[in-house]
Amino acid sequence: MEKKGPGKIARDALKNLFKDPATTSYAGKGTIKVERGYRGRLQYDPSKCINCRLCMKDCPTGAITIINEGTKEEKKMKAVLNVGHCIFCCQCVDSCNKGSLTFSQDVDFASLNKEDLTVEL
Amino acid sequence: MSETDKNKVVIPIGPQHPSLDEPATFTITLEGEKVVNAVIGVGYNHRGLEKACESRTYIQDLYIIERVCGICSHAHSTAFCMAIEELTGVKVPMRAEYIRVIVAELERLHSHLLWLGTACHEIGYDTMFMYTWRDREKILDLMASYGGNRINYGVNTFGGVRREFDETTSSDIIKTIDELDEHLKRYMEIALTETTLVSRLKGVGMLSHEDALNFGAVGPVAKAAGIGYDIRVAEPYGAYKEIPVKLITDDRADVYGRTVVRILEMQESVKIIRYAIKNMPGGDIAVKVPRRIPAGEILTRVEAPRGENIHFVRSNGTDMPDRVRVKAPTEANWHGVQHMLKSGRLADVPITIAAIDPCYSCTDRAIVVNSGDNINVMDWKQLRQYSIDWYKKEGIDITALKL
Amino acid sequence: MVLEMLLKVFIFPGFLFMSAYSFLVEYLDRKIYARMQNRVGPPWYQPMADFFKLMGKSEIIPEDANPLMFRLLPLIALASVATAFTYIPIYGLKATSSFSGDIVIVLYFLTMVPLTSFLAGWYSRNAYATIGATRVLTQMFAYEVPLFMSILAPALIADTWSITEMAAYYAAHPMHALINIPALVVGIISIQCKLERAPFDTPEAETEIVSGVLVEYGGKLLAMFKLAVHCELVLVISFYSAIFLPFFTGIAWVDFILYFVKTLLTLFILVLMRATMARLEINSTVRFCWKYLSPVAFAQLIINIIAGGVL
Repeated sequence: MEKKGPGKIARDALKNLFKDPATTSYAGKGTIKVERGYRGRLQYDPSKCINCRLCMKDCPTGAITIINEGTKEEKKMKAVLNVGHCIFCCQCVDSCNKGSLTFSQDVDFASLNKEDLTVEL
Repeated sequence: MSETDKNKVVIPIGPQHPSLDEPATFTITLEGEKVVNAVIGVGYNHRGLEKACESRTYIQDLYIIERVCGICSHAHSTAFCMAIEELTGVKVPMRAEYIRVIVAELERLHSHLLWLGTACHEIGYDTMFMYTWRDREKILDLMASYGGNRINYGVNTFGGVRREFDETTSSDIIKTIDELDEHLKRYMEIALTETTLVSRLKGVGMLSHEDALNFGAVGPVAKAAGIGYDIRVAEPYGAYKEIPVKLITDDRADVYGRTVVRILEMQESVKIIRYAIKNMPGGDIAVKVPRRIPAGEILTRVEAPRGENIHFVRSNGTDMPDRVRVKAPTEANWHGVQHMLKSGRLADVPITIAAIDPCYSCTDRAIVVNSGDNINVMDWKQLRQYSIDWYKKEGIDITALKL
Repeated sequence: MVLEMLLKVFIFPGFLFMSAYSFLVEYLDRKIYARMQNRVGPPWYQPMADFFKLMGKSEIIPEDANPLMFRLLPLIALASVATAFTYIPIYGLKATSSFSGDIVIVLYFLTMVPLTSFLAGWYSRNAYATIGATRVLTQMFAYEVPLFMSILAPALIADTWSITEMAAYYAAHPMHALINIPALVVGIISIQCKLERAPFDTPEAETEIVSGVLVEYGGKLLAMFKLAVHCELVLVISFYSAIFLPFFTGIAWVDFILYFVKTLLTLFILVLMRATMARLEINSTVRFCWKYLSPVAFAQLIINIIAGGVL
């Protein structure tokens, strides 16, 4: 055990003076890198969707909407997501029994007006 | 105004102040540098969570309950999941319980590192603040890669966990916590030998053993006063029934004792994570839980980083809860703060408030203030008869309703 | 003759040089502090950008405050620091002006800065500013005695009260500067206390009393006050290195480079102290200064009186 005294952290401070800093400068849009399991924007595969709407029922904020633009026999599925309401919990991905929803690592989609926040998947 | 009143200055700390993370009001009456009176006002962060839970299904409520707090989110979500699992009677597989313990201990590590940094910032020791937050970033990166987000990880679901725990995740965790262990030894040395730090923290914010029992303090605040009560040891839940946890207490009863308790708890968390990763069993990670939960009431308790966390759920057989009540640990710790502030100086006010590790968002629930002498206590039958009589006066007959 | 004097007082090595050097010193202070904490730190133009941004904002004077004093005090602080700088030798052995007793005049001007801080806090009529002002005065009672004793101790050996003549004496007998080593240690702790930097920054404790005395200041007045504080830093490190590190060669441009080396070395010690210690509470500051610093400074005075008689 070292003796008591002021300025004990000076050893680490002087060592850190000659090491690389642990922070970086933010370089702008498109330069964010996230980890491999990070939950980002949703991706939708219309061919697997059976229009059961369990994802819409389980969404905590009601951010996702599934629309059938065709008829019951000839389905033409479309999914619309409100990125501003989505909390990126991916409960919809877990609820879907057919695996038509997955998530990507895309996190860089802030915009300046509210209409751009409703995107088609 | 009497003579003594002329010497007193009233200064407000809050709602906006550099020493507070979140809004709260502390009206401090000073005489020179000594604090004579302190009035605490919280409630700026009330969000109506418990009411919002009543109009959403259980699976939607899981995500609302997780967002009660940012840094003890896994503890809240674990308590809620435990409540639902006991009501439906499913047995969670052991592998999922071990994963929940590993994530809970990682959360305890990053919460205590955040506290250490904030406490050092309050006393002007900014170098330690930057070092502990640099270490915290590595744990947040681990959580981002396994859970999916840096805070509010979303690891739990009803019946288990959502993601499989593979080889790369466990080797990353072991590497990070080995580095962190070295740093923790260094922080312990500094906390024990740095005279400027010790002189700011010793004797400040005293809460003796009797006072801590009277005010109902929980967590590291109570452990520093010698009260050895930890839910992981007293009433083990989940995988804590199989993993050994050491109970840490100190008898200094001041802010210095709380600092020592939290650093020792961090070192204990590192040991628990190593044990859990080494002895993790195989098997499933989740079982299926039905959407409609059978009727009943349940109360669950977990050990959050700040203390004892209690959840109460009442269900009525549908897929929406009837009542959800969250009692966060900071709610119990606020009562002792006025007593701690009154015997100190102005320079000790920020560190005393910060030493209970207040989580203002966890705390805010609706409070009913009873003032006056006309206090009438009714039980359930009397309350029902009272409401029937009141509506009869309005001309409405509700005796046909059966509750 | 008059033009040369005006140039020396206002441009080089006067006010403009001191302001420019204060930007550089502020940048190095923040950059070294940040690197010790494992961070990147601000770019080189940050202090200039801060100053010009503040000059462009408007100031709000509270209703209860005294508008004349509110506006005048930053200018008084800046003027006293700029005046004191003319007595310090920058290049070579001679300062811009010197006379016997100017070491006391510099100490007097240095006392003006906390005094203007106190008055600025007092006239702001704000609870936080009042507490900060009383703390400034209490701290002044703590460090004035050791500071004065340790600064005046080397003058006893040189047997003169003028900085220029002291520099000439120590340039001729450099070994005599080793007798002043206790005063060197007491001096560097006292000037950290005078500059109100950590661990002695209770008058400006950000987490307790927001900004202390400057809480109501904004815009151009805040820019002047901050410039006065940074110029005080330059003045103090130049004063310290002129008295305790008196290695002069006599050649003008070599002494100029040596001046930068000495002041930046002093700055490095000050930044190291700032980065490694927590903030002391006001009663601890007073106790520390009277219990540890004053006896050592007093002992140094006695030693120097004897040594001055012998040598």
